[in-house]
Amino acid sequence: MIGLVDCNNFYVSCERVFQPRLAGVPVGVMSNNDGCVIARSNELKALGVEMGTPAFELQQWVRQGRIRLLSSNYELYGDMSARVREVLEEYSAGVEPYSIDEMFVRFDGFDDATTLALARTLYRNVRRFTGIPVCVGVAPTRTLAKLANRAAKKRPEYGGVCVLAGDDDETRHLLEQTTLGDVWGVGRRLVERLAIQGIETAWELRCADPKAIRRRFSVTLERTARELQGTPCIEMNDSDEPRQRIMTSRSFGRLTGEPSELQEAIRQHAQRGAEKLRAQQSHARAVLVFLKTNRHRKDLAQYSPSIVTELPEPTDDSRSILAAAQQALDAIYRPGYRFMKAGVMLLDLVDANREQLSLLDTPDHAADRERSERLMSTLDELNQKMGRGTVRLGVPRQNAAWQLRCAHRTPRWTTQWGELPSAKA
Amino acid sequence: MRASEIFLAHPAPPAQGLPHPQTTIRAGISGFPSPAEDYVGRTLDLNQRLVKRPAATFFMTVTGDSMEGFGIQDGDTLVVDRSVDAKPGHILVALVDGEVIVKRYEILGKRPYLCSSNDRYAPIPVSDLDCQVWGVVRSVIHEYPV
Repeated sequence: MIGLVDCNNFYVSCERVFQPRLAGVPVGVMSNNDGCVIARSNELKALGVEMGTPAFELQQWVRQGRIRLLSSNYELYGDMSARVREVLEEYSAGVEPYSIDEMFVRFDGFDDATTLALARTLYRNVRRFTGIPVCVGVAPTRTLAKLANRAAKKRPEYGGVCVLAGDDDETRHLLEQTTLGDVWGVGRRLVERLAIQGIETAWELRCADPKAIRRRFSVTLERTARELQGTPCIEMNDSDEPRQRIMTSRSFGRLTGEPSELQEAIRQHAQRGAEKLRAQQSHARAVLVFLKTNRHRKDLAQYSPSIVTELPEPTDDSRSILAAAQQALDAIYRPGYRFMKAGVMLLDLVDANREQLSLLDTPDHAADRERSERLMSTLDELNQKMGRGTVRLGVPRQNAAWQLRCAHRTPRWTTQWGELPSAKA
Repeated sequence: MRASEIFLAHPAPPAQGLPHPQTTIRAGISGFPSPAEDYVGRTLDLNQRLVKRPAATFFMTVTGDSMEGFGIQDGDTLVVDRSVDAKPGHILVALVDGEVIVKRYEILGKRPYLCSSNDRYAPIPVSDLDCQVWGVVRSVIHEYPV
């Protein structure tokens, strides 16, 4: 069985841990640079505020005190995410971050009762230890775990925890009520094409012949169909959905603590991530870098850090992403540990075409961007024609000064001595 | 981004150790025996001493004088552990009416109260208020000007 632990309204929840007054208030978190809403509390969602709403459209509500808008505080979110992961790792050796606020957790070798009890423990302890509310979905496959998690979140009767056996009436009932658009990895265009074939719910896709699905659609959709049947066949990095985050990571062939090897790995992952980003025409707002030691090697010192750095503006430029990733690596690298895995995640993606221009945009800036676009598309073309890795970037400039605007950023409560929360005595 | 704009992610296990001849150290957050145990020149790590569960441990700054009798002074740093069950006698960080406060949890005549060490502040009856435990204070750090 595999579990998916998903933090509820993660960015807003992080803010609320340290600002109890935000409880129950409609809160939005803005991107720092283009001033649109990238995270919403349930109360803000209830007011009809959509993701990506420009902040200026909400200024009147802010002035009236009806809602609160905060600048994003990635340092805080990165730290809280690492804490959530650490709590999960107390209970499972197999924790794979899927995004900053979602983690897959292996539940291998337990009977049903133990699985449910463990899922409840995760649900309770993540919230208690970190202050972040989560929902837990457990099922035989990742695709089903996603659906279980969704049910745990949307249906109060589950109390935040849903364990799906994968082959019982409960699973059937849930799949029958799930439209394909809500299935992991099924994009909007596929939904329309499947509807023509008379396949509209997750249950109908599960019942379809996987081979026919492969013939008519794709191997990816065949995998989804098999996963809905309860046969695991999607590994972490091969789902082809238009992603909201892009993750590239790989285990080293052998444990390594060699800085140059770690740098090379991060460089490759960052570049590969940027390519994927351009392929799906998105821009990223932040970069998460993580390292992992081997938890099974109890004879070795353990250290599995992660950190988030914000990009100066949403971008798909390999150079900016690489620079951010390398600086993140520098910040978390410590000698004396032998790492098993390194990875780069690109977060808070926006559609490249829909992106709003920054207020700071100048003609120079626009020209820069155009040059960057041309350079990156040449890079991708060369790598496509001549083989991946033909053209790679070297070490970026270290001191490109990035200025971030963060007028409404809350203090970095957990990572800066000067910004600790205060308790009144 | 300048280096100074990037900050350590939690957990931060690098030990800030002091040289010390005879003690046992354990590595990082996991508490596994460290291979370094066999080495000469062992160290003491304050993180290890004060932070029992890094994922659930937060630092806070004290403002105010109501807890001086318990050795908690204005400007001190609290080490707060959210994973500890609050029991009477514990010093707590609590949320009371949207405010973050530090008080001692006591049972007075069978009813729970949040108490100060200073008589000028009356005990706060927990049951009358919107009150939540945020975490339990494990230690307080007082730094002297030197």
